[in-house]
Amino acid sequence: MAKISVDGIEYDVNPENNLLQECLSQGLDLPYFCWHPCMGSVGACRQCAVKQYRNEEDKKGTIVMACMTPASDGSIISINDQQATDFRSHVIESLMISHPHDCPVCEEGGECHLQDMTQMSGHNYRRYDFKKVTHRNQNLGPFIGHEMNRCIACYRCVRFYNDYAGGEDLAALGSHHHVYFGRHEEGVLENEFSGNLAEVCPTGVFTDKTFSAHYTRKWDLQTAPSICAGCGVGCNTAPGERYGTLRRVVNRYHHDINGYFICDRGRFGYDANSSKQRVGKALYRHGQEAEFKPLSSLEAKRQFAAMTGGDVIGIGSPRATLESNIALRDRVGVENFYAGFSDAQFDCLQEVLKSLREPGLYCPDVRQIERSDCVLVVNEDITNTSARLALAIRQAGRNAATDLANEARIPLWQDAAVRELAQNTRSPLIIVSPQGSRLDDVASATHLLQLDNQIHLLQAVAHAIDPDALKPTASNEVDEALSSSIAAQLCQAKNPCLVSGISAESPALVKACVNVAKALRAYRKHNSAEQNPVALCFAMPEANSLGMALLLETGGKPLRAALQRLASGSADAAIVMENDLSLRTSQTALAEAMAGGVPLIVMDQLHNRFNEQAQLLLPSSSVFEQHGTWINYEGRAQSSYQVFRPSEDILASYERLSALDPMQECGVSSELIMQEFARANDAFSALTQLRPPRVGISASLKSPRQSHRFSGRTAMHAQDHVHESQQEQDRASALAFSMEGVMLQKDSSLMASPWSPAWNSNQSISKFQQEINGELQQGSKGELLCVRQSTETAYDAISAKRDEKLTCFIISQLFGSDEISANAPAIQARSLGPYACIGQELALACGIRQHGLVDITTQTGRVQLPVIIRRQIAPNCIGIYPANEVDKYALLLGEITLQAVPDEDSHIASSRAMFDHLLIKDALAREA
Amino acid sequence: MTNSQLIASTAPRVQARTLTEQEVHDIEHELTLYPDKRAVGLEALKIVQKHQGWVSDESLLAVANFLEMSAHELDGVATFFNLIFRQPVGRKVMLFCNSVSCYIMGCEQIKAHISERLGIDYGETTADGQFTLIPVPCLGDCDRAPVMLMDGEQQRNLSIEKINEILAESAERE
Amino acid sequence: MTDTPLTKNIDMKREPFDFGLYRHAGGYDGVLRMLKEMAPADVLETVKNSGLKGRGGAGFPTGLKWSFVPTGENAPKTKYLVVNADEMEPGTFKDRLLMEGDPHLLIEGMLIAAYTIQANTAYIFLRGEYLRAETLLRTAIGQAKEQGLLGKNIQGSGFDLEIILHTSAGRYICGEETALLNALEGKRANPRAKPPFPQVSGLWGKPTIVNNVETLCNLPGIIRYGTQWYKDLGKGEDAGTKLFGVSGRVKHPGCWELPLGTPIRELVDGLAGGMSDGYQLRAFLPGGGSTDFLLPEHLDLTLDYDVIGKAGSRLATGTMIILDDHTCPVGMVGNLMRFFSHESCGWCTPCRDGLPWVDSIFRRLESGQGQESDLQILTEHLEYLGPGRTFCALAPGAMAPLGSALKHFRDDFEAHIRTGACPWQK
Ligand SMILES: Cc1cc2nc3c(=O)[nH]c(=O)nc-3n(C[C@H](O)[C@H](O)[C@H](O)COP(=O)(O)O)c2cc1C
Ligand code: SF4
Ligand code: FES
Repeated sequence: MAKISVDGIEYDVNPENNLLQECLSQGLDLPYFCWHPCMGSVGACRQCAVKQYRNEEDKKGTIVMACMTPASDGSIISINDQQATDFRSHVIESLMISHPHDCPVCEEGGECHLQDMTQMSGHNYRRYDFKKVTHRNQNLGPFIGHEMNRCIACYRCVRFYNDYAGGEDLAALGSHHHVYFGRHEEGVLENEFSGNLAEVCPTGVFTDKTFSAHYTRKWDLQTAPSICAGCGVGCNTAPGERYGTLRRVVNRYHHDINGYFICDRGRFGYDANSSKQRVGKALYRHGQEAEFKPLSSLEAKRQFAAMTGGDVIGIGSPRATLESNIALRDRVGVENFYAGFSDAQFDCLQEVLKSLREPGLYCPDVRQIERSDCVLVVNEDITNTSARLALAIRQAGRNAATDLANEARIPLWQDAAVRELAQNTRSPLIIVSPQGSRLDDVASATHLLQLDNQIHLLQAVAHAIDPDALKPTASNEVDEALSSSIAAQLCQAKNPCLVSGISAESPALVKACVNVAKALRAYRKHNSAEQNPVALCFAMPEANSLGMALLLETGGKPLRAALQRLASGSADAAIVMENDLSLRTSQTALAEAMAGGVPLIVMDQLHNRFNEQAQLLLPSSSVFEQHGTWINYEGRAQSSYQVFRPSEDILASYERLSALDPMQECGVSSELIMQEFARANDAFSALTQLRPPRVGISASLKSPRQSHRFSGRTAMHAQDHVHESQQEQDRASALAFSMEGVMLQKDSSLMASPWSPAWNSNQSISKFQQEINGELQQGSKGELLCVRQSTETAYDAISAKRDEKLTCFIISQLFGSDEISANAPAIQARSLGPYACIGQELALACGIRQHGLVDITTQTGRVQLPVIIRRQIAPNCIGIYPANEVDKYALLLGEITLQAVPDEDSHIASSRAMFDHLLIKDALAREA
Repeated sequence: MTNSQLIASTAPRVQARTLTEQEVHDIEHELTLYPDKRAVGLEALKIVQKHQGWVSDESLLAVANFLEMSAHELDGVATFFNLIFRQPVGRKVMLFCNSVSCYIMGCEQIKAHISERLGIDYGETTADGQFTLIPVPCLGDCDRAPVMLMDGEQQRNLSIEKINEILAESAERE
Repeated sequence: MTDTPLTKNIDMKREPFDFGLYRHAGGYDGVLRMLKEMAPADVLETVKNSGLKGRGGAGFPTGLKWSFVPTGENAPKTKYLVVNADEMEPGTFKDRLLMEGDPHLLIEGMLIAAYTIQANTAYIFLRGEYLRAETLLRTAIGQAKEQGLLGKNIQGSGFDLEIILHTSAGRYICGEETALLNALEGKRANPRAKPPFPQVSGLWGKPTIVNNVETLCNLPGIIRYGTQWYKDLGKGEDAGTKLFGVSGRVKHPGCWELPLGTPIRELVDGLAGGMSDGYQLRAFLPGGGSTDFLLPEHLDLTLDYDVIGKAGSRLATGTMIILDDHTCPVGMVGNLMRFFSHESCGWCTPCRDGLPWVDSIFRRLESGQGQESDLQILTEHLEYLGPGRTFCALAPGAMAPLGSALKHFRDDFEAHIRTGACPWQK
């Protein structure tokens, strides 16, 4: 701790930080642009100037940039000093000389950091009376709008996009008064985190294009704290709604998880909510009728009650809320409740849960991954399955730079200086995978191996770390050299971290990863100064994959058992909840099950291939339309709150399921389900702590979902009637659908959209953090549900052999693999149909041309797919992107054979156009 | 926007050209002098410019591919420097010093004369593609101002007569 | 012994000395002795004691600068020497003389500097327009290499040095030493934050010394003849000689080597022959475009760093620009402002957005459309773009001639506004 004096008042500060950060941490208002809480300082904008005095005697002082000056003990500074104030007002005046007067039509208006800082710095009259510099804008694709005239050249965009997120297709161009931030040629911004530009840019240059398409001012959005349901990371988001439609999703700060950034799936996938695929009304058909008939909400309830009177089985879902899964199980009974994921995933998840309870290991949160100094990624294409973790892994590479900087005594917040010092020095990132990935540019090594050989390698690594770990059979010299080099790097690290996932649906892979972690644990116990636990985590494909797995531990069976019952017709009805079963099992298995003739009730948000087969199709709420609990890859339970009420036809699955009396207005609240469940199940008892205990508090003490500037309340329904409509009541949470209530000035536990006087942009988050980049004051961090046991378990035996036969692996795509977001128009514009990837050798052997078609024959059938030939594919492997169309379970089963489809230049041309968009860096040139 | 519309609206318009053997040879030599590929970016652009006269988008992409770096980043470098031409220039580029000593010695009248004779302003090229006039900062020959650099030769103590001579000579050599 | 160590070999009417002639004139003697007899620490001590100050503009003591390079066991093995040969300061033409006149002198200086800091690679960052210097340096480097003065294990000393010539592509900001490093790394030439200084983390993150051409050219003499000789060369407070240039309407503009401490008058009225016929001296910038105007009354001051400093300007590059009575001061300063505005790298706000405003105001003043309030805005920019306010010294440099012009030539500015025209434009 150090003491500094700011305008005569003493503060205790952290001397490792800079003055700007510490002033903001103390709640002082000091304007800035180029500094970013998690990207550090570069001193470009000069907006944060303060006066610094050498000592008590120094009355003159010098102007310094707060962001570039350490908060060293005894510093005396003044923010209010006249010279400093004058200087800051000059800076803002000159930043604004070419800025257009377009606030009224600018998407940033009302949440614009530039507006805030202009006010704060006291500039309101434009003296500059010459021509402004103007620029041409670029079409940057479906996500991001570009309006360069608004640019104030703070360089944040390129610092985020290139330096932080590893993007390569955005640059600072030109120079002096003409600097331009864009691409060398217009085109789609490639990076998976491009959406953050809209939040990082302090003005309206980079904006959310999907939001612009149905724009509403920030203050007119109704928001609630939400959780992204795009994958299993559990990023915190703040969706906003108006007039019954969801308008956008922005990042919501969570100290341990997403911090300031979310991925583009999470940001742009929301529009599936209003997509044409949405199930808006209950649909029913009699017996063999082809056409669905719409039902009123009352008819739907009656029909549902009628069909579920007898012996009903329920299949849950890893993408539904925990409440809905509980309600389904309660409704059908434990003996009739089945897992909503594939059997292989079921097995994987059991292993993952074991690892989460294993002592001496820990599951790193996103921030902890960032701190790791050696990361081993196994099999999982993290960027496409749990993108936010990939961003963290990228940052982990910088820990080597941190060490160098500490040695050279360069403060870590000196962002550019640390990068210049470190150049390409990075902490090791070892990737073992069947294919090249978007992290290869920061990887110290990428080893391309097919799954069985990966498992084999992991066993060898475990054995190299700890001889007690079983030695794999038949390892050869290459294996040994490789495994001992990987082992050595893991052993040397202070905070080694293993990252894998369950995309491959291989329990053996999970076990093999756990074995390596256990070996490291043993090594560190005996040989190393580092005694802290070993980080191991598995990416989860869906928002509640782990939640469902945990729930099943308290009762429930794997999917195959359900399918058997369905096939044998031994149930009166089946409820399939928020689940497209065609993505969970092979078509053959599903067809057999359906042939059993059990009447099918499906509840879902969107139409898909599977729910077309339902007899009763009931519309479900999306994550934005209900309260819910989600358990992420760490086993962290988090709450999402209803942002807005959908039409009366749409209900949360748990509402439908727990309404015992079909005529009852509305079902049981999620809160009640959760409380009851938590009381009944010890392992879930922490869930009672999850939500602020405010239910039942009088309406006027609730937290408003609408801002105090929310407009149009009396006019919104003017076309229907002239009365001020009654505000919707939310009995189920501490939030109110209104602008009245207790403003969350200091309490962020229920806060979606931060606001603080003079801070209208997202930068106001600093007012709610305990310190910059710190925890949120009274914020909800969620509850970790998996408790470590005290006794260590032994190594798992794995039978895996090295294999050279042709195998297939499944490719995931950030834009397209997730069922829900895949239906958002912006995401659709970035996604592709199914395709296959193979390496050069295999292509030559089979005579397959780049962008030609391949015929893949499996035991159960065949499919034709366009091919992309890549440099980075493991030998004897074919990667398939099923695009939720191709039956991946058929491909993973048994032998496959490949055959080139005779080349027709026309299909080469058509698939080429498609692939131009794929942005696979290691794709071979067309000619090849 | 559908996928295909998107492809149509944002598909890359330019493709890298193939670098000549000489260009590759020269760039490879530069690569031996620096520990980092990307350090050669500017050198490589200069090499291309030496052979092609200017740096087209096609050349930019070719260099970026060759150095395995982002074309966007490379363009950031290219557009930063005064002497990398991202537009075609004439066969002769007049790098005309318009800094202070030359100003004092009357470079503005001389520039006006050039502009009148050739019908071009700064940044422009004559219709016949012969000359491009580009202002440069102080050429470091202030004791012999005004000066310009053309065709690798420093032309000093410029006067209207001298300009006429230079232009006449160029016309002859054509 | 000589009293013109920088230019003794230079005669611009002939080709510069090749290796043989340079050697014949005693060149490389100092280096050979150094390699045999002196440890790096000894050379450092000598240079420190010599009182040599950097000739790149800032006048920072060279030995002191070198001493910040980490040494010893834990210091990084790779270090770099970089020669700043980006000479682009308006009105400055001294480094060109040295490189075109005696390229081996620079190479010898580089050997001494590199040996002292134990750098095995040295880059010459040459401005792209200096084509003749490029050719001559390439030849000289080749000769030195052939003669075993560059390369591995030089003269059996165990010391290696490779010199690489890098030619730039024309940006004034590249002369700023950290921007130069970014440019060498192939990046946009924005300056870097200081601290950390290049001596600690420079080129590719390694300890790096950046020195001006002229600074390095002083070293062979110092090593050969010793510090006392060097100190005695100076006539005033500062040691050694320096190149001084005069441009503008004088009879014989040019560049000469003179002892520091020489009165300005000797330079302007003596060597440069005084003002051209029909021209009167109104003022002068003593050391290039980023210095404050001095007036005729300052002609008797001596050319010393401190003396000029006390008079309110800077010795800087020592190349003076003469403002005569036929040239519009507003036009002249406007020309400088256009230069600085265009050469701003675009990184920090005051410089990037302030200078174009200043430039626009000058264009307006010159065209007779200026307003009284324009002068107010110009005055405000003096502080706004002053030292410590911007990220690097470019913008404060630009404010030097502006500030002094507003002080000394206020009447001229006002005349433009009052009469609605430039009084010099007939
Ligand atoms: C905008 C700017 C331009 C500069 N240009 C040059 C230059 O062209 N040549 C040079 O030697 N120093 C130049 N300098 C000074 C250098 O930054 C640096 O101080 C110098 O190279 C150090 O060398 P010295 O210690 O030998 O003087 C410039 C500084 C600034 C701020
Ligand atoms: S003062 Fe700022 S903008 Fe100007 S050259 Fe220096 S860093 Fe660049
Ligand atoms: S925030 Fe300090 S200079 Fe930009």
